[in-house]
Amino acid sequence: MSNTDQPNLADKSFLSVRDLKVHFPTDDGLVKSVNGLSFDLERGKTLGIVGESGSGKSVTSLSIMGLHRTGTKRGAPRISGEIWLDGEDLVAADPDRVRKLRGQKMAMIFQDPLTAMHPYYTVGAQIVEGYRAHHPGASKKEARKRAVEMLDRVGIPQPDRRVDNYPHEFSGGMRQRAMIAMALVNDPSLLIADEPTTALDVTVQAQILDLIRDLQKEFGSAVIIITHDLGVVAELADDILVMYGGKPVERGPAATIFESPEHPYTWGLLGSMPRLDRELQDRLIPVKGTPPSLINVPSGCAFHPRCPYAELTGGRSTSEVPALAEAAPRHHAACHLPIAERHRIFTEEIAPRL
Amino acid sequence: MLVYLFRRLVNVVFMLLVVAAVTFGIFFMVPKLTGTDPAMLYVGKIADKVAVEGIRHKMGLDKSIIEQFWLFLKGVFVGRDYNAGTDMTHCAAPCLGYSFKTEREVWPLLLNRVGVDFSLAAGACVLWLVFGTATGVVSALRRGTALDRLTMSVALAGVSLPIYFTGLVALAVFGHQLGWFPINYTDLTDDPLAWFEGLVLPWVTLAFLYAATYARLSRATLLDVLGEDYIRTARAKGLKEPVVIGKHAMRSTLTPILTIFGMDLGGLLGGAVLTEKTFNLRGLGYEAVTSIQSSDLPVIMGVTLFAAFFIVMANLVVDLLYAVVDPRVRLT
Repeated sequence: MSNTDQPNLADKSFLSVRDLKVHFPTDDGLVKSVNGLSFDLERGKTLGIVGESGSGKSVTSLSIMGLHRTGTKRGAPRISGEIWLDGEDLVAADPDRVRKLRGQKMAMIFQDPLTAMHPYYTVGAQIVEGYRAHHPGASKKEARKRAVEMLDRVGIPQPDRRVDNYPHEFSGGMRQRAMIAMALVNDPSLLIADEPTTALDVTVQAQILDLIRDLQKEFGSAVIIITHDLGVVAELADDILVMYGGKPVERGPAATIFESPEHPYTWGLLGSMPRLDRELQDRLIPVKGTPPSLINVPSGCAFHPRCPYAELTGGRSTSEVPALAEAAPRHHAACHLPIAERHRIFTEEIAPRL
Repeated sequence: MLVYLFRRLVNVVFMLLVVAAVTFGIFFMVPKLTGTDPAMLYVGKIADKVAVEGIRHKMGLDKSIIEQFWLFLKGVFVGRDYNAGTDMTHCAAPCLGYSFKTEREVWPLLLNRVGVDFSLAAGACVLWLVFGTATGVVSALRRGTALDRLTMSVALAGVSLPIYFTGLVALAVFGHQLGWFPINYTDLTDDPLAWFEGLVLPWVTLAFLYAATYARLSRATLLDVLGEDYIRTARAKGLKEPVVIGKHAMRSTLTPILTIFGMDLGGLLGGAVLTEKTFNLRGLGYEAVTSIQSSDLPVIMGVTLFAAFFIVMANLVVDLLYAVVDPRVRLT
């Protein structure tokens, strides 16, 4: 992740998102799902995007994939900003060009592997289809060999037999493995995993995360993990981006975010995460209140209605949108609280409870 | 699979037996209650007592109802001899008895009639399946546009307008006024071209009625399917949109259409009373109406069994096809 908000385009990263805005016109008003998001990601690195439902994390990933255009029943979303993937701006690119990149240079794993696979086609057929879409010259036999190879690689036993099974004949964890095989069949340089473990049994979750980590090491691809579960990114991510109400509120290296988080919302997320390595607490501390409406985003800092420290900003939290500012090298937060005050609150009030 | 098929076929036979028993019960009990005598229906009004008794004995109407039903069933499977001393008639299997009115065998009569319904259904079902589904799909892909609203309005009209309205309008305009199509039915074996020409108007009007339902169903289903996660996955793989729609979405959309198609076709083969009446076609529906009007019990029995057979078989075929289409369906 770069040090500044607007780095030179010359030293562009492999994936570089600049001031991305995705707005959906609806009958009730304009839904600002993503409202000014920037980040960079290098090959071989993993970025964790964390946030509650409706924070804009899934829409971000769909926009990168170019799936926001087709994935909605309502009117087409308005998208602005830039998404640079290996020197190409995906926002400005022709949809057919983005389609060709999809599944080849960038691939995605979805939350629920049962609904994400077509129930009427065998797992093998679905992987073969993905391979042949980008390798028009490949014969069916080659593609099938490749599918078996991929299933083997993601740890499915007897892949040459399982390749002809239907998704409903797989267990949840196996299905997600198959989804990963499908996503990786064309050696993508960017892999987006949208809540890859949410729909799985706890016992299987760790296996899938391990698998993603191993495969990333092997393929050297850039990975974006989207989750509401800080435990997942703690396992995998090099960098973490915390989103709230369609905007980034904090970002930095994973270790820093866990050790010295700057934003009160991140404190809330950490406080609501169950941990076994600490003394038993009476209870988890939830983030009070509900996620903000994306049509009428609260004025100023979108988090202020739920922030216990909003009054300490001298009214700025309700009137002024906080910018993502550097709090420490490579660590940014969007908060009106003075840095010294934040550190004092964290060490005195928050850290002891975590 | 074979076990399943066998079980289903046994089931079919059982269903038909029940239908036969109920129909037999109703139509042979009712004359008793109302005081009319089936034997009288055979011989007509001016028969003398001796003739009526003779007929009654020959037709087995003097036996108990259980015995009569047994003889009827036996006739269906092995044929039946109507025996009254010197006067003996053999009715080969499958024997559904003799019409009261025409005194001809019911089975050949119905076989002849059902050809009309097969002709009618064959053309109409292709038309409504192709045009109905295509319209629904286009409508779904262009949802919210003027085209979508127009086709859905037409479809609503199609569902609401009865065949005796659209049929008569079509006959008046294209048959009589413009003279484009003949308004008579010709057998396929007599003259294929005349058969085709004579059926164009019934096909189109009948297809219009059914296509409307199919358009609405396929539109709604496709819209649902397009919201499914696996469609998003297909797009995420970088498949071209025609493949996403034509392969992934359509496969799921056709499943419910297949179901009602089987039912509709089965129902149609068992007689389309209004269509037949409107276009003056003499099919099973026509036979059903006339036989009821004249209390021609053996014919009523036959028509009911024919219709039940087609509907039950259509059900079976649909269930079998379902297992082919949807791998999650296990036939056990």
